Amino acid sequence: MKIHEFQAKELFEQYAIPTVRGKICKDQDSAAIAYSEIKPKAAVIKAQVLTGGRGKAGGVKIANNEDEVRQKTKEILGMNIKGNIVNKVMIVPAYPIKRECYLGMTIDRNKRCVVVITSKAGGVEIEEIAAFAPQKINRYLIDASIGIPDFKARNIALSLFDEMDQVKQTARVIQNMYRLMLEKDASLIEINPLIEDDKGIIIALDGKMTFDDNALFKHPDIAHLAELSDEEIKENEAKTKGFSYIQLTGSIGCMVNGAGLAMATLDLIKLYGGDPANFLDIGGSSNPQKVIEAMQLLTSDPKVKVILINIFGGITRCDDVANGLLAAFKQIKISVPIVIRLTGTNEDEGNKIIADSGFIRSEDMTQAIQKAVELSKI
Amino acid sequence: MSILINKDTRVVVQGITGRDGSFHAKKMKAYGTRVVAGVSPGKGGESIDEIPVYNSVWEAVHTKGANTSIIFVPAAFVKDAIMEAVEAGIKLIVCITEGVPTLDIIEARRYATLHGVQIIGPNCPGIISPEKSLVGIMPGNIFIPGHTGVISRSGTLTYEVVQNLTKAGIGQSTAIGVGGDPVIGLFYKELLQMFQDDPETDSIVLIGEIGGDAEQIAAEYIKNHITKPVTVFIAGAAAPAEKRMGHAGAIISSGSGTAQEKWKAFEQVDVPVAKNPSEIPSLLLSQLKG
Repeated sequence: MKIHEFQAKELFEQYAIPTVRGKICKDQDSAAIAYSEIKPKAAVIKAQVLTGGRGKAGGVKIANNEDEVRQKTKEILGMNIKGNIVNKVMIVPAYPIKRECYLGMTIDRNKRCVVVITSKAGGVEIEEIAAFAPQKINRYLIDASIGIPDFKARNIALSLFDEMDQVKQTARVIQNMYRLMLEKDASLIEINPLIEDDKGIIIALDGKMTFDDNALFKHPDIAHLAELSDEEIKENEAKTKGFSYIQLTGSIGCMVNGAGLAMATLDLIKLYGGDPANFLDIGGSSNPQKVIEAMQLLTSDPKVKVILINIFGGITRCDDVANGLLAAFKQIKISVPIVIRLTGTNEDEGNKIIADSGFIRSEDMTQAIQKAVELSKI
Repeated sequence: MSILINKDTRVVVQGITGRDGSFHAKKMKAYGTRVVAGVSPGKGGESIDEIPVYNSVWEAVHTKGANTSIIFVPAAFVKDAIMEAVEAGIKLIVCITEGVPTLDIIEARRYATLHGVQIIGPNCPGIISPEKSLVGIMPGNIFIPGHTGVISRSGTLTYEVVQNLTKAGIGQSTAIGVGGDPVIGLFYKELLQMFQDDPETDSIVLIGEIGGDAEQIAAEYIKNHITKPVTVFIAGAAAPAEKRMGHAGAIISSGSGTAQEKWKAFEQVDVPVAKNPSEIPSLLLSQLKG
């Protein structure tokens, strides 16, 4: 789960990470009022959107007086940045920057630990530095059994600053970030740029945070910060019903059990020239209610021209699944053709049960998918 | 031989009184696994299908000689369950539970590693050595004993692949579902090496998926350390970017972790990649003959 810069900065303050909060404004008038506390200095107007690359998209602008603040706020509000419409901006005083660098903390999947990433080349996206100057990026693995003791924090800070004053301030930022990461189950904390101002003070000028969805149950304070898109709301509704659903753009509606098999089903649809309408993993149950809800979800998409059901009966036996399907289709009417492939435990019994159901049956995954692709093109 | 588990594996089921725990404890026992104990704090003294239930893993280890644990407890209690098993002297922990916080696993795994304990999972279907032992939730009937090792990040897709292998007469030495989370216990590198060292395994099937770069690292490892033939399938070639495809770890982020880069990594080291899981048996057989 992602949060906005202003929300990340509130957490930074709680964890004693020095930052500039600024004011959140949703229109030009409130932006002008916010600027009255900053003038006569320049202000920075920053779009608050849940995506990276906002600077490049024109979502961050400098204004030197009230007229410019109004004008630039107007320009940024309503902007579409990678599909996200900007509906609020943050107004902050422009800071005198002596040095700027990158400080990030995330999970290293392969080393199975937290990794701290630093670079003296701050202010640009880390992916860009990684692509063009990987030697400018430093990575420090954190041993969960000791965390980040003073020496480690100091050594990491030394990769960014030479003067002990700034090293000490940065070391404290690193330790506080780690505490924030552990206590709130963050999966990413990024400060880009972390700056030294003209008085030698270290400040987090920007803040980006992502949280582990699996840990939100521990943190209601974080969970309530979520701002969901329409798409995510639909996906979350599906999750509460026990399946995982992702809307796509094609015409073949899919219902599969298991995430890996569901992914492979989409892959084969594309391989054989079709286009899937969705990803839907219904999990391991044969409950008719679940099938009905899944079917309602699929048929709510007007683009769906054919439905493909691909079930591997493992622990859930095929005869149970078949009975569940029959019970479900007695209660709902589907007007598009249904291609079904049932295999695994008790597949013969299962296929016998649905033999007279009017479904197009196939025992082979490839054949079932080819048939669905063919029907989707009629 | 097989890897990780065999006929001497003595299993304790953590969370045996829950719905999934009791169901699979019975299934594993019926398959022939030596399920020697269950643990459910507060339910010590009860039994499930004649399997004695204890209040602590320590009791299960010291009374029944359990050496392997399988965990079904809810996600919020997994970190604690792993640490309890490690402290009690368990040597291999298989964690089935889905939805475990990543930092919980990082902490618990670090503690396990310091004590020389191995973890499979979380969010995985477990391990099976056909006709020897099942420590997991896989449908035992689709597996047959043989000489191919299977390593997979998925559940039902593994069954799909194994059924194809079985129908082609290719038996399995051991099959492992490593789990679909971003951070997991034993992974490709460790398991590839175990299969390389297992005299009964003559070939390996690796079923990967999008997200992270573990497959690229595995490809490099195969090139330098594995002499047995490996066949690969990667799920998620059609997945959109920035979406979690059911598994917490299956996500293409900032343009990396795609199936296409993983295919390329294996093809560069001459490991054949199936584009359809049904091609795996023939790709495997042609390597064994060659």
